[in-house]
Amino acid sequence: MRHIISLLMENESGALSRVAGLFSARGYNIESLTVAPTEDPTLSRMTIVTSGSDEVIEQIIKQLNKLIDVVKVLDLNDGKFIERELMLVKVKATGAFREEMKRMCDIFRGRIIDVADGSFTIELTGSGTKLDAFIESLDKAAILETVRTGASGIGRGDRILKV
Amino acid sequence: MEQSSKQLTGAEILIRCLHEEKVKFVFGYPGGAVLNIYDAIFQQNKFKHVLVRHEQAAIHAADAYSRSTGEVGVALVTSGPGATNAVTGIATAYMDSVPLVIISGQVPTYAIGEDAFQECDTVGITRPCVKHNFLVKDVKDIAATMKKAFYVAASGRPGPVLVDIPKDVTAHLGLFEYPNTVQLRSYNPVTKGHLGQIKKALKLLTEAKRPMVYSGGGVVLGDASAHLIKLIQSLGLPITSTLMGLGGYPSTDKQFLGMLGMHGTYEANMAMQECDVLLAVGARFDDRVIGNTEHFLSRPRTIIHIDIDPSSISKRVKIDVPIVGDVKSVLSDMNEIIATEKPAQNTAALKDWFQQIEQWRSKNCLSYAQSTEFIKPQYVIQKLYEVTKGDAYITSDVGQHQMWAAQYYPFDKPRRWINSGGLGTMGVGLPYAMGVQLAHPEAQVACITGEASIQMCIQELSTCKQFHLPIKVITLNNRYMGMVRQWQEFFYGNRYSESYMEALPDFVKLAEAYGHVGIRVENPADVEDALKEAFSPKLKERLVFMDFMTDQKENVFPMIPNGKGLSEMILAEDL
Repeated sequence: MRHIISLLMENESGALSRVAGLFSARGYNIESLTVAPTEDPTLSRMTIVTSGSDEVIEQIIKQLNKLIDVVKVLDLNDGKFIERELMLVKVKATGAFREEMKRMCDIFRGRIIDVADGSFTIELTGSGTKLDAFIESLDKAAILETVRTGASGIGRGDRILKV
Repeated sequence: MEQSSKQLTGAEILIRCLHEEKVKFVFGYPGGAVLNIYDAIFQQNKFKHVLVRHEQAAIHAADAYSRSTGEVGVALVTSGPGATNAVTGIATAYMDSVPLVIISGQVPTYAIGEDAFQECDTVGITRPCVKHNFLVKDVKDIAATMKKAFYVAASGRPGPVLVDIPKDVTAHLGLFEYPNTVQLRSYNPVTKGHLGQIKKALKLLTEAKRPMVYSGGGVVLGDASAHLIKLIQSLGLPITSTLMGLGGYPSTDKQFLGMLGMHGTYEANMAMQECDVLLAVGARFDDRVIGNTEHFLSRPRTIIHIDIDPSSISKRVKIDVPIVGDVKSVLSDMNEIIATEKPAQNTAALKDWFQQIEQWRSKNCLSYAQSTEFIKPQYVIQKLYEVTKGDAYITSDVGQHQMWAAQYYPFDKPRRWINSGGLGTMGVGLPYAMGVQLAHPEAQVACITGEASIQMCIQELSTCKQFHLPIKVITLNNRYMGMVRQWQEFFYGNRYSESYMEALPDFVKLAEAYGHVGIRVENPADVEDALKEAFSPKLKERLVFMDFMTDQKENVFPMIPNGKGLSEMILAEDL
């Protein structure tokens, strides 16, 4: 099953490679991994999207907790949470494509953030499945380039991950 | 708080840190990036530096020093090849959870990343085989980092910690201020076990019809031997041990069933398989211990697991009653509850269970056919046990001789049996013996090895000469990589691919060339006298290298073939 794991870790050089190294050394999947400093500059927050059986996920959480640089780990799937991912898509916007792209962008509540003679760049946020759906709905030939941030997640309501 | 009012170099600060930690020995090898540190070592006399002949041996010796004393072992190596040579030693210590602090030199900060001479990414290379590592980029950070390194290495589930220090940092000036305490918000190892779980475990154990205890290296590392003995004896339970746990419970006690696992005793493996409640203490259900996992799980039993590392729990086998905590603390809580509550036990069932165990034991699975023609390796170990009165520190290398040492030299005390269990590193035996002998100068120290393993770190005979280490090297020389040959005999149709040791040196002459005593033994009738001579007062001060020409085709039994279950052992009598 797909899990989103959030963790807080010391904002130190090498911390990211400890996490990435753990996943490769123990053969765990990484679907995506995002990391950035938090409002407390000594801490980074990482979101890892992974998949595995309950036993594997339990081991992942335990192994992450074992890393000295990792301060806190939360499996977002243990409760209610919100997941968002940002995608930028550069699409062909010539002739008939120009109108269609604008329409598709509106339907998915994206924004066109760059307009050029032959292309639009569309910004879209949402869950991974929504971004997938947008890509699916576009004519393959129209897609020039895509970039996705990987998922970020946060617990709903009182579920707070903080030191 | 230790403080200096005058400016010290980074190297001097580092040395002061080692003094603060009451380090007695630093095992190391100098080189360009650590010259400042070596200069500071030259000007101090609080710890002794032990110059090895290869960095791998420095780590192994520090590792064995730690295993035999419980203190943190310390090693010092230079950048680049110094650090890469150390990696095998570090990985060995990591697999067996041995607390070490390894200091490695690094090229100057301004040269990092420029492919400088003797540069390598030591922090990157060692990351997967250390508990933690640090790169110190500022002289101001040396003391705090060293404090953290010793704390992290020794606390929780212990392990090696590496501190990489660029050369310029060891030359920069700073004030020395050694912190009294260390606080890491991200690292708070558990000590006390959950009382509810402990009570639940005791209830299961006392009500069990066929209880069994399986103890591991955690008991030795956690100095929990006395507490384990108390628990086992007050409840009258049968107990087995992993290779790493030997000595944690007295091997000569009748409740002890011998080692379990791939080369464990028949009684230990059968009891492990047939028990209804299993208590695992500081052990990790290793593949060499429980054999085929599905086969192991095919018998219903309730498993209780005490371990300080939460990730050890339910890693390979689902645990019914996990108790995360320091083994000593948990066992001590158990003993206290037993003393106050005096729980009733299923004594009738326990008696039947022991009867069954005795029946298994009567197979006498460690018996072997004695020979007047060939020296049986088992016989050498048995005689070694007699000559040393069972009181020696025994190190071993890896292979058949290691298993025979574990089977035929019963350890009654913890920290007496020093070997590489997890990583299985050939070559550890001699440097291990150095670390042990330095820690226990008056003790009898024997390194049980084979003619293949010993050659992997044989250069250390030179270190032994320099430091007057009167180690007794017991080489079981069967002219084969014995364990490889055994597997090839059983599973590869006797095709002994590359497992024959050709062009062996004359070990007696080699030992003599290094300034030691060499003894070759070729006749079974001479084994005992030769051992007596080696351990005689006459040779008390000397390293004696004993080359026993043993039976080439002897195999280790019992044996669980790879992929088979605990009760699917091959016994010597089956063949």
